[in-house]
Amino acid sequence: MSDSPLLELKGVSKNFGAVQALYKVDFKVHAGQVMALVGDNGAGKSTLIKGIAGIYPYDEGQVTFDGKDVSINSPRDCAELGIEIVYQDLALADNLDVVNNMFLGREKTQRFGVLDENGMEQAAKETLESLSVTTIRSVRQAVAGLSGGQRQAIAVAKAVMWNSKLVILDEPTAALGVAQTRQVLNLVRRLADRGLAVILITHNLHDIFEVADKVTVLRLGQNVGEYSPKTTTQQEIVHAITAGEMTHVPGMQEEA
Amino acid sequence: MATQSTTSTNSGTTQSLGDYIKSRMIRIRSGDLGSFPIIIGLIIIAIIFGTLSEGIFFYERNFVNLLLQMAGLTAIATGIVFVLLIAEIDLSVAYVSAVGGVFTTLMLRQEAANWPWWLAIGVALIITTLIGLLHGVIVTKAKVPSFVVTLAGLLAWSGVVLIMTTRFSTAGTIVIQDKVVLGIANSYLPMMWSWILAAVVIVIFTAMQFSQRASMLRQNLMVKPMAILLMQIVGLAVLLLGVVWYSNKDRGVPVAAIIVLFFLLLWSFVATRTRFGRYVYAVGGNPEAARRAGIDVDRIRIAVFMISGFMAGVGGIILSSRLRSVDTNVGGGNLLLNAIAAAVIGGTSLFGGSGRVSSALLGALVIASVENGMGLLGLASGTKFVVNGLVLLAAVLIDSFSRRSRENSGLA
Ligand SMILES: Nc1ncnc2c1ncn2[C@@H]1O[C@H](COP(=O)(O)OP(=O)(O)OP(=O)(O)O)[C@@H](O)[C@H]1O
Ligand SMILES: [Mg+2]
Repeated sequence: MSDSPLLELKGVSKNFGAVQALYKVDFKVHAGQVMALVGDNGAGKSTLIKGIAGIYPYDEGQVTFDGKDVSINSPRDCAELGIEIVYQDLALADNLDVVNNMFLGREKTQRFGVLDENGMEQAAKETLESLSVTTIRSVRQAVAGLSGGQRQAIAVAKAVMWNSKLVILDEPTAALGVAQTRQVLNLVRRLADRGLAVILITHNLHDIFEVADKVTVLRLGQNVGEYSPKTTTQQEIVHAITAGEMTHVPGMQEEA
Repeated sequence: MATQSTTSTNSGTTQSLGDYIKSRMIRIRSGDLGSFPIIIGLIIIAIIFGTLSEGIFFYERNFVNLLLQMAGLTAIATGIVFVLLIAEIDLSVAYVSAVGGVFTTLMLRQEAANWPWWLAIGVALIITTLIGLLHGVIVTKAKVPSFVVTLAGLLAWSGVVLIMTTRFSTAGTIVIQDKVVLGIANSYLPMMWSWILAAVVIVIFTAMQFSQRASMLRQNLMVKPMAILLMQIVGLAVLLLGVVWYSNKDRGVPVAAIIVLFFLLLWSFVATRTRFGRYVYAVGGNPEAARRAGIDVDRIRIAVFMISGFMAGVGGIILSSRLRSVDTNVGGGNLLLNAIAAAVIGGTSLFGGSGRVSSALLGALVIASVENGMGLLGLASGTKFVVNGLVLLAAVLIDSFSRRSRENSGLA
């Protein structure tokens, strides 16, 4: 784990009309680290991620990536920095096979713009193998036939194939059974072990204690603390989520 | 579900024949029927009409007629396949094809524009492509369902056709005056050339298959069994040489058939081997996934409507050439429904994202065979419509059935 964070947010805020979704949030994640992001419904987790994704840029605050100040104003900016986001709905094209999904939008081509199917198939297989994803029988089968965990694995593999430095997963285990949750969490751990930074949004405390190195708790749009699962109990985190101390009372105007 | 299996590490090997057949059987049982139902359907159609017509259905002369009958329809249906792949519909194709045919015919009139054939055809195809562009832009930018936009197009373009045909002829019939354009559907490839062409296609196919196989083996990927590969090559050779041989016993292979074959190969290539084709399937399968992958979904949609307009133009010119003239009825009748039915019968799903360009050919073959057979039997138009309807219904039922069983087997 390096000393300076890969991604650092300083005092980011975001308003949707009268709703203050984020208020002066500080947040950071290091390379090789799994950072869990937790909080009750409406706490602002998705809004925080959408700011990093460039979907809803922050109103104020500073974003530093890899030591440089950056401004992310579109999903393209985000991808160019090496940030990949796996949304909860995954958005895979069911009618395409595993390889085609992993390369969608970034297909390899040969002469005359002809798709390099073999090159893509090989790269997809290598990526899946390097992540020890062993449950996918054939990379040439349509993703429609895959289970939730396998689909999640493909979405993650797709994200890491592009030399990303930071992978953000929005509730990757929400719809999965016990065995598949375990597979996905193992995969998350392997990403971090390969030196990537991972942000894991989850409502499941068990996930956190299983893979996360650090936990950031959001409450009503504010960061109420960063914890280390090793030295914290579940109760403490639950307490932070439901009653964490806030610097700013929502609904009150801040004094200048 | 596949929990115990592993990522194929048996790299760079040939799949055994048994495994190949087994994986095929799994796909068929799970509802992925491929071209299987349609081949059965064609055999049934051939038996029924062959028997009822006392063999006339199989005459060489009738076979060449069949090729001519299906050429224009196949071209139009090819555009429809693309539209269905992105889960849209184009109801305007029949009258857009008529615009293409009528415009070409008018520009060839010696007493008026007297354009050379290539200019008339070229401009006609540009116009029908621009019509597709217009439909596509309205669908994507104004976010009006393609069903409505192209329904409006159906009405408007039928009006345009009527205006164009009646303006230049009181009778509403305009005869094509150019030899080349007439030749499209009324001339035949010299026998020698048709053999050479068939041989060239077979050689190219074989060479591509083997170089593909070699490169897959080099990259440690699994290839299909040699026996299957050889069977496919022999199958293609028998089919092509059979068609050439049978046609040559009569007038020969129609030029229109060659033109349509060219476009089928071209669009198959585009659909399966290029980025654009891949994006068409992605947009049809999950537009949101396509958008997030950085694909300009609207651009793809517009381009697909342009392909539909272009292929309608091609089909319209072939159809006019076949009739040697255009009249006020051009584009009417059941041309639209036949074109959509051809794509669906051929196996292109109405739900988007699944289908092949070749389904236009297979579907048009079914429809043209049924129409041809009923024509031979001299059935009344009422009966013909009923039969056509039943054929379409059967095809849609097979589509929805195979979709459902894919869902049940977890493969949808
Ligand atoms: N596009 C938007 N327009 C208006 N308000 C929004 C918008 N997006 C989010 N909000 C508001 O911002 C606040 C934070 O929402 P956010 O989606 O970030 O919460 P969350 O922590 O992701 O919750 P959940 O666990 O339910 O996903 C909520 O009050 C929400 O209503
Ligand atoms: Mg959320």
